[in-house]
Amino acid sequence: MTMLEPKISSVGTNTVRPDGIDKVTGRAIYGADVRLPNMVIGRVKRSPHAHAIIKNIDVSKALALPGVLAVVTSDDFPEPVEAILQTLRGPMPAQWDIERLMARRKVLFKGHPVAAIAATDVHIAEDALDLIEVEYEVLPPVVTIDDALAPDAPILHDDGLDSLVEDLFQPVDGRPSNIARTVEMGFGDVDEGFSQAEVVLERVYETAMSHQGYIETHNATAIWSQDGKITLWTSTQGAFGIRQNVSRVLGISLGNLRVIPAEIGGGFGGKTVVYLEPIAALLSRKSGRPVQVTMNRTEVLEATGPTSGTRSFVKIGATREGKIVAADIRLEYEAGAYPGSPVAGGARCALGPYVVPHQRILGLDIVLNRPKTAAYRAPGAPASEFAVESVLDELAEMLDIDPMELRDMNAAVEGDRRSDGATHGSVGSREVITTTSEHPHYRAEITQKDVGRGVAMGFWQNGGGESSAYANVHEDGKVTLITGSVDIGGQRASLAMQFADTLGIKYEDINSLVGDTDTIGYTGNTGGSRTTFATGWAVYQAAVDISTQLEERIAKIWEVPVDDVNYSPIDASLHGPGDLVMTFKEAAAKLPSTGGMVQGRADLVSTNVGKVGACFGAHIADVHVDRDTGKVTVLRYTAIQDVGRAIHPAYVEGQIQGGAVQGIGMALNEEYVYNDDGSMANSSFLDYRMPVANDLPAIDTVLVEVPNPGHPFGVRGVGEVPIVPPLAAIANAIYDAVGIRVSSLPANPESILRELAEHES
Amino acid sequence: MIPEPKVVNTIINGDSKQILVSERDSLLEALRDRIGMTGAKEGCNNGNCGACAVIMDGRLVNSCCVMAAEVEGSEIMTVEGLASRDELHPLQTEFLDNAALQCGICTPGFLMSSYALLQENPNPTEEETRFWLAGNLCRCTGYDKIIESVLTVAKG
Repeated sequence: MTMLEPKISSVGTNTVRPDGIDKVTGRAIYGADVRLPNMVIGRVKRSPHAHAIIKNIDVSKALALPGVLAVVTSDDFPEPVEAILQTLRGPMPAQWDIERLMARRKVLFKGHPVAAIAATDVHIAEDALDLIEVEYEVLPPVVTIDDALAPDAPILHDDGLDSLVEDLFQPVDGRPSNIARTVEMGFGDVDEGFSQAEVVLERVYETAMSHQGYIETHNATAIWSQDGKITLWTSTQGAFGIRQNVSRVLGISLGNLRVIPAEIGGGFGGKTVVYLEPIAALLSRKSGRPVQVTMNRTEVLEATGPTSGTRSFVKIGATREGKIVAADIRLEYEAGAYPGSPVAGGARCALGPYVVPHQRILGLDIVLNRPKTAAYRAPGAPASEFAVESVLDELAEMLDIDPMELRDMNAAVEGDRRSDGATHGSVGSREVITTTSEHPHYRAEITQKDVGRGVAMGFWQNGGGESSAYANVHEDGKVTLITGSVDIGGQRASLAMQFADTLGIKYEDINSLVGDTDTIGYTGNTGGSRTTFATGWAVYQAAVDISTQLEERIAKIWEVPVDDVNYSPIDASLHGPGDLVMTFKEAAAKLPSTGGMVQGRADLVSTNVGKVGACFGAHIADVHVDRDTGKVTVLRYTAIQDVGRAIHPAYVEGQIQGGAVQGIGMALNEEYVYNDDGSMANSSFLDYRMPVANDLPAIDTVLVEVPNPGHPFGVRGVGEVPIVPPLAAIANAIYDAVGIRVSSLPANPESILRELAEHES
Repeated sequence: MIPEPKVVNTIINGDSKQILVSERDSLLEALRDRIGMTGAKEGCNNGNCGACAVIMDGRLVNSCCVMAAEVEGSEIMTVEGLASRDELHPLQTEFLDNAALQCGICTPGFLMSSYALLQENPNPTEEETRFWLAGNLCRCTGYDKIIESVLTVAKG
């Protein structure tokens, strides 16, 4: 595509977001800030056990408490219409879709909802929860991957529903299993590949279950009106997905359900899932009041979707020159209580940055008594790429090759085959590698004791998907732009900028809004690094739609054939025969008296979206390891990434910095710690330790711009990749500092001290 | 059981307020649920994330860890009181200009903590700023642009 170059251009500048003032003054309405007349409070009663049969639920005492208006249990959910549900991660028994929200026969993780209540006051609601009596028969919990795979393991899903879906929970050695599914990808002949290898490394790596850690807890506010219509306010990355899921589990038609996305306080993939919304709706129906249900932090950690703890077995073979010839990888990912870990994402990305002629990747989706995992930034990729990037570091040392040179020798470029069978389009892998190798940080000398440097790459394929946009031209030349993409980090701005530049008008003249499920067409989640790309496409098309309509209108006014009128974004004007010129503003002013206002629209589906641009990054980390305490301190950090074209450079930097710090958290601090009984031992922000400001140095970023030819502005998704490289970059730096290979993350002080002691003995 | 409600007299952002609170209410609950001031956010409800930070009689507090009944006679400043009618506070302007927020849920807490820092130490070093703000969690930004913004405002 030809890039647009209007005289007035906001793309590439750091505009101030339209929702900015509301967000620094406390005026912005996030989900839990919604206040409705007559609104009451809802709370959820949760299982204290990780694995148990529900014998009885007695709500009578809770209902008798003055101020309690309604109680909901799984009996209030209708039976699913279809027995099988199609999900992103394969078909599933529809019953489980409901049971995840509200347990029926069994509870499968600590925090599993068993009932919910609505009351006139928050403290009455809290007291009422204690009055709900649930009788359990406690079962042995399945807490680890080893527990789950043991021959005599307790079986989580013993209700027989899995037999509805052919490939679900296939017996292993004739016995029922906790392996929900396996995925397999790759090509070539692995045995043949390894026969060509002159060096072979075979290693095992582990990562811990960790949470997205958004600061805003989940919430939902619902009105179930007397006419059967439901209005829902919620904090979500995608209102349409929430509408679909709520409609399904409540048996309500889409037309009777309006989902309004409130301002959202972080998501990182975790706010794409329904938890409280159907519960709030049912409580509203039963109480006749608007009901707001919120979670506290413990509920968020124990009962919403973290990302999988994982174990990766990696075998890589190479020639003495450093050419990778074969890879055989087995990934074991915790799904949580229901099938659906991101193991396929891990499999797709494990070897993503490289050319590996013979490769086989097997992924296992394993259920255990932990919360059902949800998407988390580059779902599945950090763990599998950590494993591969660690092996490459070792390989580089073994063969005495510079780590970036080794990556350069094996780099995947345009036309190379990916593990999932697709081929790489135009990508900036080489540019990222070169920029990293030449970066002063990479070349800087290390002089301090116990300080080391590590480097690692990351890959994510990015997404397209469906997006809608709608734009109203006003007679003063201003435009209202509505999209369905929830604004989680400046999307109102980045979309308005692309829209403005398509017409060559000022960013300040655009009023950029987020619509709800009744005011804008279907739009996928703000997630998967798709929004600036795909909804950017939609706003581009909506702007082109406006310019086309203006050409038709002005041709009539000028009384010339429409083909003789052309809108040019370069000067934001319509040009006719001779010296006929009319600016966008002048044209807008003529609209009311020449047939009415003009609206632009675009409804973009995945089939007409341009080519998604995959994304590569490389990170350089310097760390100090304290041999006495085991504490690892990050001293210097640089993230290099191909960003396609940075629409709003400061927001792109922010995506990279935020992603890198989440990855540093996975590498050093964050993990779900479980007691033997399957309860989480650290379900607060005190004990689930996310990085804070004084844990970190500045995160330097280098934006490498290799425009995506499949997008009018060259956009590539940028949000996922930065969480991938930190795990291995930090682990490789620890090795460089003190000579220990960290194979299990997080590398917390305890594990570092243990490894150091082993290393010295 | 639920105790009788109680009236608390306080000044919030310069306005005299009488709030009818439960003895079990935290200051955060009193602000958000009793008088609809939802600028302070709940992220953890146990003093670990700083999203609910307000200034009470000149001192930075996590409002989730202060009982509402304790604020009798106190002056409270919340994020809603930071800007004047016509102008944002320089911290608010700099946070916007320097992209120091993404989702914005932690922003009210960071603004109040940063305001308190600059009251106490108008010229903090980067290290002092990172330590002072270590009680505020942000999951989007990696803190870089927040720290930069505070240092920029301090330099004037």
